[in-house]
Amino acid sequence: MAHLTPTPALDPTQEGVMILNMGPQHPSTHGVLRLILEIEGENVVRLVPDIGYLHTGIEKTCEAKFYQQVVVLTDRIDYLCPMTNNLCYVLAVEKLLGLEIPPRAQWMRVLLNELTRINSHLVWLGTHALDIGAMSVFLYCFREREDVLRIFEMVSGQRMMTSYFRIGGLALEPPRGFFQVVKKFADRFPARVDEYESLLTENRIWKDRTRGVGRISAEDAVALGVSGPSLRASGVDYDLRRDMPYSSYDKFRFHVPVKHEGDVYARYLVRVQEMRESIGIVQQALAGMPEGPIKADAPKVVLPDREKMKTQMEALIYHFKIVTEGFTVPAGEVYQAVESPRGEMGYYVVSDGTAKPYRVHMRSPSFANLQALPTMCHNRLIADVVAAIGSIDIVLGEIDR
Amino acid sequence: MSLDPAITDLEALQERAPIALLRSALPGAVTGGKFDRGELTLWIERAHLREACSLLKSDLHFNFLADVTCVDWHPTEPRFEVVYHLLSIPRKERLRLKVRLAGGDASLESVTSVWPAADFFEREVFDLFGVRFQGHLNLRRLLMPEDWEGHPLRKDYPVEGYR
Repeated sequence: MAHLTPTPALDPTQEGVMILNMGPQHPSTHGVLRLILEIEGENVVRLVPDIGYLHTGIEKTCEAKFYQQVVVLTDRIDYLCPMTNNLCYVLAVEKLLGLEIPPRAQWMRVLLNELTRINSHLVWLGTHALDIGAMSVFLYCFREREDVLRIFEMVSGQRMMTSYFRIGGLALEPPRGFFQVVKKFADRFPARVDEYESLLTENRIWKDRTRGVGRISAEDAVALGVSGPSLRASGVDYDLRRDMPYSSYDKFRFHVPVKHEGDVYARYLVRVQEMRESIGIVQQALAGMPEGPIKADAPKVVLPDREKMKTQMEALIYHFKIVTEGFTVPAGEVYQAVESPRGEMGYYVVSDGTAKPYRVHMRSPSFANLQALPTMCHNRLIADVVAAIGSIDIVLGEIDR
Repeated sequence: MSLDPAITDLEALQERAPIALLRSALPGAVTGGKFDRGELTLWIERAHLREACSLLKSDLHFNFLADVTCVDWHPTEPRFEVVYHLLSIPRKERLRLKVRLAGGDASLESVTSVWPAADFFEREVFDLFGVRFQGHLNLRRLLMPEDWEGHPLRKDYPVEGYR
C-alpha cells in the first residue's frame, strides 16, 4: 500500500531517480488518467493514480431530475457499455417500486446486455493490443464492433447512448427483422473470435509482453475491491450473473471462465473466453425469446402506448402526468449490482417518496479496479505499466462520473 | 406493484447472523436495523465502526468492500449517513452498514486498515461531502481540484450557477 502515503518513496535529488508524469493526455491511458511514477532507471518504485479530470457531477445532476430522466444520464457514465448502466439503474428503481417486469422485456435485456459485453470487450481488445504494439487486431475488432453498433442503432435509434431500457420494461418493441440480424451476427461471431485468437494467443511477442506482467494475487485483488474479469483472472470464481442472478439470468446456461495466473495474459484469456460465452447466451436468448408485452402493467409509472393515448382518456391523463410531474417512488433505499464488462456495477438509489431521487450513487467497477494498479506495477518496467492499464480495462468516464 | 413492509424492529431481526454476532461481541454497537426489499441494513455506533467491520470480515467472511458513500439529510440532524456496502464472496451475501454523523462533527474512523479498497471511496466521500476519515493516510481531494472550495454533493450546494 505504498501509494497510500503522501510522501514519495524515493529522494528525487538522487542520481537515477526521477518523478515522471504520465498523462492525462497520453494515448495509452485510455482517457484522461494521470499517473505519477517514481522511477529508478526504468523501474517503477511507486505509482500514484490521479483522477478527476472527467468529473461532471452526474450524481448531483441525478438529484435534480425525475426518475425517468436519469436513464439518459446513466449512458454517459460508461460509453462503452451503455445498456449495462441502463439496466442497473432501471433494476434499482424497479426494486424500489416493487415492479414485476414481463419475461420478454427481461430476455431482451439479457440479449442486449450480452451484446454490450461483446462490444465493450472488442474495444478493450483492440485498444489493449494497440497499446502493446499489435496494430492489426484493432482493425479486426472494430469491424465486428460496427456490427454490434448497427444492432444497437436498429433497436434504439442510437449507436452509443442507447437509453433503450425504461423503468418498467423497454422503450419500444424491437423492429421487424431485428432478431434475424442478431442471429446472423451471432452465427458469424465465434469464427471472428478465432481470428483474433490466431493473431494473439500463441503469438510469441504478445506472450512475452503479457505473461507474468501486472500480476496480482487473489487475496490482494479481493482486498483492493477488484471485480469482474480482472478478479476472475486471479482465480476467484465469482460472477454476479451466476451467483446473484438478476433479470432472469438464472434461466441461461453459461460457463464462467476463471484463470489462476493473475497476470495480463490471464486477463486477456478470460475476456476472450467471455466473448464466446456471451455469444452463447445471445443464441439462447434468440432461441427462447418469450412472446408477450414489453412493458409492465403499471399505468402510473410506464408511459402508455401511442395508440391508447389517442383513444383512451385515462391513458392520455397518465401520459401527461408522468411527463410533466414524474411518478413518485415509495421511500426507501436499494443497492442493485450487475455484472458489467468491467466488474460489479452498483447503483445505490435513495428515495424520499418524491418524484426525484434523493441520492443516486454509482459504484463503478473501474474506480475500484484502478486501485489495484499500484500493486500490479510495483517494481516493474514503465512499458509494463502500459500493458497493466490496458489489462484492467478502465473507462475514465465511469471513474470520474 | 407489491412491496412487503420493512422490518425495523431489532428484536425481530435477532437471528440474522451479522446482528447476532455484533450484539454478542460488541454490545451497544448496533443501534438499529432494517430489513427492506430483501436488503439488510444495520446502524452502527460511530465509535465501534472499525471493530465491527473487522469482526464482520473475520467471522462472517465479509471480505469484499463493494462501496462506501454518504447521504446528506440536511437540514435534519444528525445530518450525514455514511453508507458501507459489504459483500461476502464465499457466502454470496450482502450487508449495508450505516453510521450517523452530526453536521458539526462529521468525522469517523477509516476502515482502510480492514479493507484497503476503502482508500478511494473514503477520499471520494471526503471530497464530495466533507466527511473526515481519521486514520486514512492520504485524505486529499480525489475528483475535484485540490483548491476547490466546498463539497458539491452536500444538499446546501446548488446544482447549477455560482454560489
